[in-house]
Amino acid sequence: MSEDGGQEFRVVLDGVDLTLGGRRVFRGLSCGFPRGQISVVLGGSGAGKSTVLRLIAGLQRPDGGSVRIAGQDITRISERALFVVRNQIGMLFQGGALLDSMTIFDNVSLPLREHSDLSEEAIARQVGQRLEAVGLPGTGDLYPRQLSGGMVRRAGLARAIVTDPEIVLCDEPFSGLDPVNVRRIEALMVELNRRLGITLIVTSHHLASSLRMAGRLTFLVDGRAIAGPPAEVLASADSRVVEFLEAERDGPVATGAAESAADPGAAA
Amino acid sequence: MRAPAIERLGLRTTGLVQHLGGIAVFVGKIFLSAVKPPFRFRRLVSEIFDTGVLSLAIICLSGATVGAVLGLQGYTTLSRFGAEGSLGAVVGLSLIRELGPVLTALLVTGRAGSAIAAEIASMVTTEQLDGLRMMSIDPMEFVVSPKALAMVLVMPLLSALFFVCAVFGGYVVGVRLLGVDGGTYLTSLEQSVEFVDDVAGSLVKAVTFGALVGVIATYRGYTSEPTSAGVSAATTGTVVVSSVAILLSDYVITALWGV
Ligand SMILES: Nc1ncnc2c1ncn2[C@@H]1O[C@H](COP(=O)(O)OP(=O)(O)O)[C@@H](O)[C@H]1O
Ligand SMILES: [Mg+2]
Repeated sequence: MSEDGGQEFRVVLDGVDLTLGGRRVFRGLSCGFPRGQISVVLGGSGAGKSTVLRLIAGLQRPDGGSVRIAGQDITRISERALFVVRNQIGMLFQGGALLDSMTIFDNVSLPLREHSDLSEEAIARQVGQRLEAVGLPGTGDLYPRQLSGGMVRRAGLARAIVTDPEIVLCDEPFSGLDPVNVRRIEALMVELNRRLGITLIVTSHHLASSLRMAGRLTFLVDGRAIAGPPAEVLASADSRVVEFLEAERDGPVATGAAESAADPGAAA
Repeated sequence: MRAPAIERLGLRTTGLVQHLGGIAVFVGKIFLSAVKPPFRFRRLVSEIFDTGVLSLAIICLSGATVGAVLGLQGYTTLSRFGAEGSLGAVVGLSLIRELGPVLTALLVTGRAGSAIAAEIASMVTTEQLDGLRMMSIDPMEFVVSPKALAMVLVMPLLSALFFVCAVFGGYVVGVRLLGVDGGTYLTSLEQSVEFVDDVAGSLVKAVTFGALVGVIATYRGYTSEPTSAGVSAATTGTVVVSSVAILLSDYVITALWGV
């Protein structure tokens, strides 16, 4: 599975089986992520979105099946060989995963210091520019604990893209952000994709922004994937997809109703 | 009933062997990153600083207190035989080979060992180590190794500091409070402590304890479950296992180092 309707896949999961903590998370999961596009992975909480990214990153090895990046199977290679593969991959973790013993500047500049021989000024320029791009100019001297969760996550994104990797994995980049920053990060991702041709794989349960930028949707249900162009997936008659979409549409309204219903009781 | 019991024993045994194998590989990796580039001197220095500074106050305070107790106790016993002049020797000898390195190691375990385990375990929980792996940085080399090596280097220094503070504590009680002659106290100390037997033996113990605490603390942190319960298990596990390991290896070294 490397071709699909003439599209070339950069990343392919093929028949992946995975059991974690006694729970079968994936059974024969197969899906592909096209080169130079933004793919969004959707699914309820616990559906395995983060785990898909960890599989692609080689942080989690599957029990069966293969994970291929640009044709190379990474499931049976050594940790050293994975380090070479990962030079092409940037990852934003769900919690940011910044080193909390270092400042934001030191965190974001770490990949450059480790793997490039850029001068001190060039590093400072590049880091400053990435921090600006994620809307965090002038935060370089702060420590992660001095920033809010959403700000730490944006700094994590700056770190993920600072080396201009070919593939960027983003775990829930929008959760906990205010609407302005949702727009900002969304625009940044689209720009990275358009201008640099970066392949982005983004997990989200923020449907609206997903639909605006996604070139491909991958829906995780029951350890399998329903994938394709957004229009196709949304038109899917699969009851579980329909259920998710309905819930997304009704969710905030239903919650609001429940809250106002509970209010009089709370007031009394 | 016999078969399952034997089966369980077998499972336990293979589990233990696997565990020991894991620790052996872990220690091997720490060694490797100590001798193989990239050398992370700055991280090592900052870990030495952290571990040392963390333990400084408690080592000085405990050392002086233990020395004072030894001075008091030693004086009471020695004066029965009219041998108060040997107070320095009693204080010095009990400290340099046993109490100094052992108490230092136990105190450092509680203070810095537990802190190291908790820090690494919380880095596991918050995916900081995975974050390093994604930047093609080996967390063993970037985080674990500097912390474990710092422990090995710091332990003899702290043990020596403990000794000095304890001798001072014994001096204050014996000489200032109980009236032993100051010169006699120091001379008896100086004459009784041998270099090869006592000072080198003390160093060997301190380095061994440092290695044990360093490996146990980093291993428990590194292999912890990624939950808050995992962090607390790594911390308490480090203190318990390190303390037992210190006392056991103290016996072994004492037995081997020619009594
Ligand atoms: N290390 C782990 N140990 C045990 N179970 C895990 C582990 N990581 C993930 N899981 C389980 O795998 C499932 C998928 O997790 P995850 O990928 O984090 O879901 P999502 O990101 O879609 O919310 C969850 O049911 C979770 O409980
Ligand atoms: Mg997740």
